[in-house]
Amino acid sequence: MNVLNVAKLSKAFGGVQAVCDVSFSLASGELLALIGPNGAGKTTCFNLLNGQIAADSGSAEFEGRSLIGLKPRQIWRLGVGRTFQITATFSSMSVRENVQTALLNFHGRLNSLVSLAARQYLDEAMELLARVGIAEQAGRPCAVLAYGDLKRVELAIALANRPRLLLMDEPTAGMAPPERVALMQLTAELARASGIAVLFTEHDMDVVFAHADRILVLNRGRLIAEGKPAEVRANREVQEVYLGSGSLFGAAHA
Amino acid sequence: MSLSAIFVQLLNGLASASSLFLVAAGLSLIFGVTRIVNFAHGSLYMLGVYTAYSLVKTFGGGILGFWGAVLAAGLIVGVFGALVERLLLRRLYRAPELLQLLATFALVLIIRDFALWAWGPEDLLGPRAPGLDGAVGIAGRRVPEYDLLLIALGPVVLGLLWLLLTRTRWGTLVRAATEDREMAGALGVNQSWLFTSVFALGAFLAGLGGAIQIPREPAVLTMDLSILADVFVVVVVGGMGSIPGAFLAAVIIGVLKAMCIGIGNVSAFGIDFSFSKLTLVVEFIVMAVVLVIRPWGLLGRSQGIPRGAASVEPPLHLPSPALLKGFAAALLALALLPLVSDRYTLVLLTDILVFALFAVSLHFIMGPAGMHSFGHAAYFGLGAYAAALLFKHALPMELALLLAPFAAGLGALAFGWFCVRLSGVYLAMLTLAFAQIAWSVVYQWDAFTGGSNGLVGVWPAQWLAGKTAFYYLALALCAGGILILWRILYSPFGYALRAGRDSPLRADAIGIDVRRQQWLGFALAGLFAGLAGAVYAFSKGSISPDSLSIPRSVDGLVMVLMGGIQTLTGAVAGAAVFTWLQDTISRQTEFWRALLGGIILFLVLVFPQGIAGFLRERWEARAGGSKG
Repeated sequence: MNVLNVAKLSKAFGGVQAVCDVSFSLASGELLALIGPNGAGKTTCFNLLNGQIAADSGSAEFEGRSLIGLKPRQIWRLGVGRTFQITATFSSMSVRENVQTALLNFHGRLNSLVSLAARQYLDEAMELLARVGIAEQAGRPCAVLAYGDLKRVELAIALANRPRLLLMDEPTAGMAPPERVALMQLTAELARASGIAVLFTEHDMDVVFAHADRILVLNRGRLIAEGKPAEVRANREVQEVYLGSGSLFGAAHA
Repeated sequence: MSLSAIFVQLLNGLASASSLFLVAAGLSLIFGVTRIVNFAHGSLYMLGVYTAYSLVKTFGGGILGFWGAVLAAGLIVGVFGALVERLLLRRLYRAPELLQLLATFALVLIIRDFALWAWGPEDLLGPRAPGLDGAVGIAGRRVPEYDLLLIALGPVVLGLLWLLLTRTRWGTLVRAATEDREMAGALGVNQSWLFTSVFALGAFLAGLGGAIQIPREPAVLTMDLSILADVFVVVVVGGMGSIPGAFLAAVIIGVLKAMCIGIGNVSAFGIDFSFSKLTLVVEFIVMAVVLVIRPWGLLGRSQGIPRGAASVEPPLHLPSPALLKGFAAALLALALLPLVSDRYTLVLLTDILVFALFAVSLHFIMGPAGMHSFGHAAYFGLGAYAAALLFKHALPMELALLLAPFAAGLGALAFGWFCVRLSGVYLAMLTLAFAQIAWSVVYQWDAFTGGSNGLVGVWPAQWLAGKTAFYYLALALCAGGILILWRILYSPFGYALRAGRDSPLRADAIGIDVRRQQWLGFALAGLFAGLAGAVYAFSKGSISPDSLSIPRSVDGLVMVLMGGIQTLTGAVAGAAVFTWLQDTISRQTEFWRALLGGIILFLVLVFPQGIAGFLRERWEARAGGSKG
């Protein structure tokens, strides 16, 4: 079953058509990569889906419910998790408390004035941290974590509302190459095990071709190709768009 | 009011707008480049007025003497500003920005007492400007010649500043630093020199703006804070860092104020309305409206978030058993104190308890919720007045004391709805505006609030009349309130507040409605500030508009910052030290403000992390040392 259905999504900024008639769908357990050269409209497309900006026209439905016009926090309520290009965590809290805060809200307990937040949903938080492999860092302040570990914290936070869809904006940006592969490996395993659909934008073609089930290629706001990694790699138009950057073909021997 | 009278008021308003613009342009420049909200800017203005007054006396009242004195006063204040920047603020650029604010407030206290020492407490009216002491007939009315000169001066200075900022290399650097300070630094701009020169220019403009006022306004010691409020409003309405915005806002506000005075009492549809009473608040109403519609001011732009400048707070750990025992011991000691202390000490301790709760409620929104309020006294005052008024309208004292905090909480709920729509310095200014509006309503509504005299005869019930009994009441309510506020910070609600401060983006992405959370936090803090105010009213037996004035709000800020904003206990330590110092020093010397200012400067320079922060660091260092 498709988790996400996007049809004819469009957005213009002044005279610039940032996203134009983009349509695609995403099934549960599937990893879908959104790629394209700089300025292709990846980020705009992404922000249309997560509620950061409003679409001019078109539709985006998550499990049959329209996402258009919803705020990020409402989209989260529906069961969508997010990670950011530059990590956003609560720096005055420990790793575990970051996850606990998300869990508290998921369970509708965030307005309590009485209970002790640090003692709520401890096991559930530890279990999530164990799933992303940083359980041993649970007590450390987020402010002192290495960047790669922060990315994992974000993933654990994003999993707290038991999402059926994960939106990951440049999940491996700013990480060292071995860490990138490990993080995407982890994401792919989690997605397949729990049937979570993952939509991610990515610059690193090694990551994209190694882990994506399917790839969407955007150029100047339009979808120019869609298909399995091998198909996309063989696509003439895609090759032309990327010609000169070399990154796409460097990945061929990876 | 006739058309010609309106026209004359318009000219009058434009004349005062010029001085306002000069001072505001200086503040805006300083803020744009250094990101310091210079509380001492009004004091620089005041120094300009007094210095010009003395210089005119020395130079003589001729044309050269008068204008020489005005210019020299501006230059002297400019040099003074440069010295302040080099000797004091320079040491604080790496400290949290609120500490710089505290340092500039200490300067306000010191400069105020310097003026008292040098020029005395009497109002001083300067001479008229030679050659411009007449009046010209316009539309059948007489308009002072000097006013016409001032009207011309504003646009001239605006033009000169514009040339300076757009046609010189220095101006380019200033604009670059205003736009993006880190980037300007990364490109090799010598910030040290730039900051000093900007501060000097800003101080010069403030001094000049003051100096040109001597023929129009007497020099008084309270003009530092009163002009400061006006100038804050002008800068915020115009847009922080925008010089044309400051000009536009100065004209709007100058003219509106003059019009309110000019229109006077109006009767319409059988309702009498006094526009002159509106004078005290009209600018704050303009500011509130502008901020809600255009959160960055008329000509301002949204500010880039400073990169990596925000200091990271340590996680909030649950207190250790040893610490809890310490708290219990402290409470027990406070409970036993009446057995050994005299009446005077009990009264002082009651004050300390009241202000500790006030400071903790302010810390609640400033620290964990990240909303810097410059007008928290509004809720203290609302609580105090609500208690007094309920009591006066025949409610038993106990019930009045119980209900008053909710009145303050409702006030905070109403004002907070607007405030949480903004952030940073704009939020701070809007809280200040609301506090000033509340103050002015209380100050002018003679029939209901007693006006400037306030309300008297607000005494506690019979069983609480003794100083000891009342001390126990204050201890129970204030310590109880403090403990509740602290406890809330450990609850999920408190975590949500911190989440919204740490990363609004992430908080939103995990479904937290940050604005709503801040709003409720704001109201909660207002409620407990109101409780402090209600206890205060009954402890003094009277209440005056001072209880919600700007200085009271600033007192709260000083307490929180002195104690250390990053620690929970800081606000209590700050309130205790500040209240005790103020009480002790004010009995020792006439110049207690300067002494207090000196102590604050000392604390800021030596313990930038606050008293409680300093103690915690020492404690952790010792604990770490003994482990190793």
